[in-house]
Amino acid sequence: MATTTARVAATVHPHTYAICAAAWVVPGAGHLWLGRRQKGIAFLLLLPLMFACGLWLEGRLFPFEITQPLVALAAAADVGIGLPYLLAKAMSMGAGRVVAITYEYGNAFLIVAGLLNMLVVLDAFDIAQGRK
Amino acid sequence: MTSHLGLMVVFAFFVSAVFATLMRESAGEQLRFGARLMGGFVVGGVVLGWLLYVLPF
Repeated sequence: MATTTARVAATVHPHTYAICAAAWVVPGAGHLWLGRRQKGIAFLLLLPLMFACGLWLEGRLFPFEITQPLVALAAAADVGIGLPYLLAKAMSMGAGRVVAITYEYGNAFLIVAGLLNMLVVLDAFDIAQGRK
Repeated sequence: MTSHLGLMVVFAFFVSAVFATLMRESAGEQLRFGARLMGGFVVGGVVLGWLLYVLPF
């Protein structure tokens, strides 16, 4: 029992929460920090590119409107991508054009990119905790 | 590049690539799993589209 505890303690990364924060801000950064280079680079390329596709397809970065729960949930999913979201907001992108034929597709790309990055953060957490 | 099928294929590509990278370790396994997943998404989407097409509402 003591040996098992010692082994688990030895594999837990001391900066788990910093890794998760980095993984949220820059997609793939958590995996790169943990030495999973191939995965980190893949996430670093794929997720911002998917988010950029969503902006290009005239999707909308939803505002946090508590009175409209679904809009607030979409906003929370958008934020999941981290720095690309903040950059897009700073550059006044993601206004969305509701009459564009690709509007709903753009929303799907933006929302799913954020949700996938949340999964990537959870994966980085598991690796840092020595579970994978 | 605004056709429904084209955008669905692009969407399926991104989702499959991220899932394959998350769930498999070696590059070969990721490629095979990602291709299978993407095929499943695209075929599933087309089949579901045709099934919904016949619904009257």
